[in-house]
Amino acid sequence: MKKESVQIYWVNEQAITIQAPAPVSLEQQQRMWALGASFQARDGITEIVPGMNNLTLAFDESRVDGECLMHELQQGWCTINVSAQSGRLVEIPVRYGGEWGPDLADIAAHTGLNVDEIIRIHSEAEYTVFFIGFQPGFAYLGGMPVELTTPRRSSPRQAVPAGSVAIGGAQTGIYPKTSPGGWQILGHTDVVLFDPSRDEPSLWMPGDRVKFVVTEVAHA
Amino acid sequence: MPDSKLIEIIQAGPLVTVQDLGRYGSRHQGVSRAGALDGLSLRIANRLVGNADDAAGLEMLFGNTRIRFLKEIWFALAGCECFATLNGKPVHLGWTKRARAGDELFINMPRNGLCAYLAFDGGIVVPVLMSSRATDVQGGFGGWQGRKLQNGDLLPIGKKNPKQLKTRGVLLPVLNQVVRVLAGPEAEQFEPSVQDAFFSQGWKITADSNRMGFRLEGDTLHRRESGDLLSHGVFPGTIQVPPNGQPIILAAEAQATGGYPRIASVIQSDLWKLGQLRPGAFVHFEKVSLTEAVQAKQQQQLYLTRISLALSAKT
Repeated sequence: MKKESVQIYWVNEQAITIQAPAPVSLEQQQRMWALGASFQARDGITEIVPGMNNLTLAFDESRVDGECLMHELQQGWCTINVSAQSGRLVEIPVRYGGEWGPDLADIAAHTGLNVDEIIRIHSEAEYTVFFIGFQPGFAYLGGMPVELTTPRRSSPRQAVPAGSVAIGGAQTGIYPKTSPGGWQILGHTDVVLFDPSRDEPSLWMPGDRVKFVVTEVAHA
Repeated sequence: MPDSKLIEIIQAGPLVTVQDLGRYGSRHQGVSRAGALDGLSLRIANRLVGNADDAAGLEMLFGNTRIRFLKEIWFALAGCECFATLNGKPVHLGWTKRARAGDELFINMPRNGLCAYLAFDGGIVVPVLMSSRATDVQGGFGGWQGRKLQNGDLLPIGKKNPKQLKTRGVLLPVLNQVVRVLAGPEAEQFEPSVQDAFFSQGWKITADSNRMGFRLEGDTLHRRESGDLLSHGVFPGTIQVPPNGQPIILAAEAQATGGYPRIASVIQSDLWKLGQLRPGAFVHFEKVSLTEAVQAKQQQQLYLTRISLALSAKT
């Protein structure tokens, strides 16, 4: 990997992003997490936000010099020790199909797979939390098998129920709370992804591994 | 704390919430900053009543709010240009004022601007969640029961500060519609003529703006390149251009990450102005350098320091 080809830029006067070249890879993502973690205890750093192949640091500009930080990010990217340790394994029990997965038939029609194959492929894969965004606790997961790729619905739903397990393009994810959305729903989980009263409100962190566990399958 | 319930919402306006300066350090969990849209006005109101800057107060969009004091308390009002009365007598913006038990404060619809801020001596003491008392309206947590206030809500106020307060006033910042911005990371993805168009026109604030973002209406901004960006960190003040070419200024409750090109970013010291952009009004953008942005922040700090000095002066 060409470590020197990263881009580092200002987002505003108190935030800087380091962006690795495409394509997105778990290896680059791990490097971003390690880099972010190395700034965890740093005075004046206010936010450490991993994105897709990138990492954004926000800081108090009266305590941190942005130019120096850019330099440090560049250096860190090349030298950081990415340990092989993997994140926790988070298991998500899912009820697939029927009223829990109203779009399973559409996914089948698009992918050419039958419902049982879709459920098997979706639940056998191991995913990695790349980053959390969009909503509190919403994880962008890496690792969805490409054969499950299904475009978003042509017209989004007004209210996708909290806990809906869905596919949007080449990604899969879970809606932490009821909200409008256009992803294709294939199942449901009762796991609470985000609870502000918990010590760690988000169920998962970037780097965690995720398995969907089939608890029930309803055939339409 | 005895007698802790001290103010009652008699009439809640369209969007009244408990806010402080926002939530930091949780963006990696997808949590927004939340907090006051106009943090500068909340800071000033807090300083007037002797609170720490990050004490929680009330944010009121579009006024129309009536509050009853159940105990004697000092308060200060700042923010939009609105007419307010205490038991029918005018209350001036940027002044400390003492209310007695039973007094009623009415904040009218603003004549100019959008958000009014009320600080109370002692601050509103709702629980701290993820290091802030701010209400996250979208997330439904923080502040008072995670929601906007309703008629009949009773809010607890913290211990009075030991300092003796007096009736005092400060000069409030002047509202204007010029917001200074830095070029955004994807500015170059727009032709120079499109970038010029961004800076030369007044952008109308649309009615579907909210605490997450202010949607703008004007000439369509065409992006030179197509194709999606990889999701990246965004912040209050980030100005995105979605495919329809109509920019969105992300506000206090902006999501933590986004994927639209960022044409510009509001400088930190002008973020407060976002809280005063009302639907139908026009906003203009002025480009500044990084150095100017840092200087502007220092000037704002100086202004706040002057306020504190003036308020602590013996007269």
